[in-house]
Amino acid sequence: MKVTLKIRRFNPEKDEKPWWGEYEVEAEPTERLLDALNHVKWYVDGTLTYRRSCAHGVCGSDAMLINGRNALACKVLLKSVGNKVTVEPMRGLRVIKDLLVDLEPFFEKYKQVKPYLITHSLTPEKERMQSPKEREVFDDTTRCILCAACTTSCPSFWANPEYVGPAAIVNAHRFIFDSRDEGREERLEILNSSDGVWRA
Amino acid sequence: MYQRYDAVIVGAGGAGLMAALNLAGHGHVAVISKLYPIRSHTGAAQGGIGAALGNLEEDHWEWHMFDTVKGGDYLADQDAVEILCREAVETVYELEHWGLPFSRTPDGKIAQRPFGGHTREYGKAPVRRSCYAADRTGHMILQTLYQQGIKNQVHFYNEFHLLDLLIEQGRCAGVVALCLATGEIYTFHAKAVILATGGCGRIYRVTSNALALTGDGMAVALRRAIPLEDMEFFQFHPTGIYKLGILLSEAARGEGGILRNRDGERFMQRYAPTLLDLAPRDMVSRAIYREVQQGRGIDGKNYVHLDVRHLGSEVLDQKLPDITDFVRTYLGIDPLHEPVPVQPTAHYAMGGLPTDLEGRVVIDEKNTPLPGLYAAGEAACVSVHGANRLGTNSLVDILVFGRRAGRHAGKYIEENDWVPLPPSPDRPAQDLVNQVLSGNGNERAAAIRDTLQDEMMDKAGVFREAKGLEAMQQKLRELRQRYRQVKVEDRGRKYNTELLEVIELGGMIEISEALVAGALARQESRGAHSREDFPKRDDPGWLKHTLAYQTPKGIELKFKPVTITKFEPKERKY
Repeated sequence: MKVTLKIRRFNPEKDEKPWWGEYEVEAEPTERLLDALNHVKWYVDGTLTYRRSCAHGVCGSDAMLINGRNALACKVLLKSVGNKVTVEPMRGLRVIKDLLVDLEPFFEKYKQVKPYLITHSLTPEKERMQSPKEREVFDDTTRCILCAACTTSCPSFWANPEYVGPAAIVNAHRFIFDSRDEGREERLEILNSSDGVWRA
Repeated sequence: MYQRYDAVIVGAGGAGLMAALNLAGHGHVAVISKLYPIRSHTGAAQGGIGAALGNLEEDHWEWHMFDTVKGGDYLADQDAVEILCREAVETVYELEHWGLPFSRTPDGKIAQRPFGGHTREYGKAPVRRSCYAADRTGHMILQTLYQQGIKNQVHFYNEFHLLDLLIEQGRCAGVVALCLATGEIYTFHAKAVILATGGCGRIYRVTSNALALTGDGMAVALRRAIPLEDMEFFQFHPTGIYKLGILLSEAARGEGGILRNRDGERFMQRYAPTLLDLAPRDMVSRAIYREVQQGRGIDGKNYVHLDVRHLGSEVLDQKLPDITDFVRTYLGIDPLHEPVPVQPTAHYAMGGLPTDLEGRVVIDEKNTPLPGLYAAGEAACVSVHGANRLGTNSLVDILVFGRRAGRHAGKYIEENDWVPLPPSPDRPAQDLVNQVLSGNGNERAAAIRDTLQDEMMDKAGVFREAKGLEAMQQKLRELRQRYRQVKVEDRGRKYNTELLEVIELGGMIEISEALVAGALARQESRGAHSREDFPKRDDPGWLKHTLAYQTPKGIELKFKPVTITKFEPKERKY
């Protein structure tokens, strides 16, 4: 199939403001949008810039705004986007170059919620016990790959960059609901602050 | 830009982070990584980490050790394997104590399941040894280590690419790296450097490896007269998604999945009557190639089926959710109702930077360490995997030897001073970058890379022979010539990812040269190295490690004996 990629471009060393580039790519419908971006970078315009690594949705590098919705470019197949697809950087974070944004503020918010197991009681010699049921309670939140797609699609985050955002809240949840964790109070206090959950 | 640290770790996957956590508190330490740490490829590991916890049935580290030695076709150094399997147990408990959300047994212990080549009582039957968190064990390990890194205030340089290794007066003096954000070149002056840069699977066309896995640490060291050990041993994982190479964990077979050919036959019965589909990866990959060669691929094509339909939705959704999702997303089929097309995919370098038991890089056949230089993880070769790695053992390796490297480096930086640097230590790195940026040729890096990947797949893949390997050497000479004519369109400094890809490609060609030289020299078949023209293992001639050195005349090989302690080499049958 022929696909036209309409990509929001910006080179900080050349451009005063962003512009749209259009690229026509011949590809299989079952190929990933990332494959199409790679084709443009490798064979059409080497200056196109974005992050990518694992190419199958586990590393979280290639989150971007695809036809108006945040998604990972390696998890979107071309057959699902039609013959013309619009690709832009995620919103709410500073655009550095083309589709690549400044992730430092995002990771700072992650760190704010103390995303690590907090314990005060003695560590056993072997593993701590946890029933499958207790483990199930926070399973969903362990899956977060910190791609920033959720936080940068949140209007509250666009309006207030100090807001910790959904990804950090998910990661706080991951520990608050872990039966082994003893840091619940400290984390709830952070979430209860003016830039915590009340901005959601 | 000049920075000075006691120790610098390059790479922030499992090995690098584990080293960092064990160095924390011993000095001024930095971790530099091409990616954000949380993007590292450790996160893509699926099925589990092997440790003889015995949570569900009797198990012992000695059994694990035997399986690892046999799985590696007796090429592994057994003193190192003993450490791997003993320390695996405490390592898994440590991960749990750091909060890793393992799946659990009904009575609340860490859950374990069978995996390829892991057996009870020295080969009698499969054993449940793989400790897992659904099929995202690597993701959980990477997250947990990164979380501990935050807790311990590890200092990260995110998105810095390794360009050069500094060696002065026979000692390691630091590294030079490119800051991707600004294009500035940094000299990191350090007493100790730990290379934990991961693998190089991107030298092959079909691979489970991330785009970032271009063997940067291996290539940079090779240029600094450090050898690479056993590079001819490259593991092809039997079950990559057809054409894409995306990994479908061995856990699928550990949970009961079956490989079938075009006749619906469970063909592993003919190749490994005891372990069947859970035979080690090298054997299963060869079996798939043989089935295809003999016309029993699906529709006559070069793939077979992985059948998990009988496992039911509960097992797929709870124990194998990610790979179920990959199959639905990328193949558009539901593994509950249809068998999954799979083919072997380039997965893991058993070879790498030679190290001793403390993670120190050693530079000759007598195991002489290069003071201050360490390596761990897939970039290194201890060697615990020998000629073929068992599933779950890479996660053990990165943690056990990442920790050992970190601990030893911690002592080293307390007892040693910085080696003085010459004026302009970053000159070779500056020259490299400027040369790429000013290149006026007419070659596209991607075209060279495509050729490299296709040819390596064809001539240095699952099966090899002298004719193909010699042709590959000729190809590599041509690719080197073409590489000198590479042009880049992006001449800017900020986030020049085109520049990055060109630099990566140069290293991939050099690593391939080392791999092919070893594969051509080794006139036997052992583990993942399978020569059509030398189909038998040859212990009198080849029970030894290769060390590949880059010289002006090309790759030169030296040989190093294998350490055998408990298990004498025997024929390898499953």
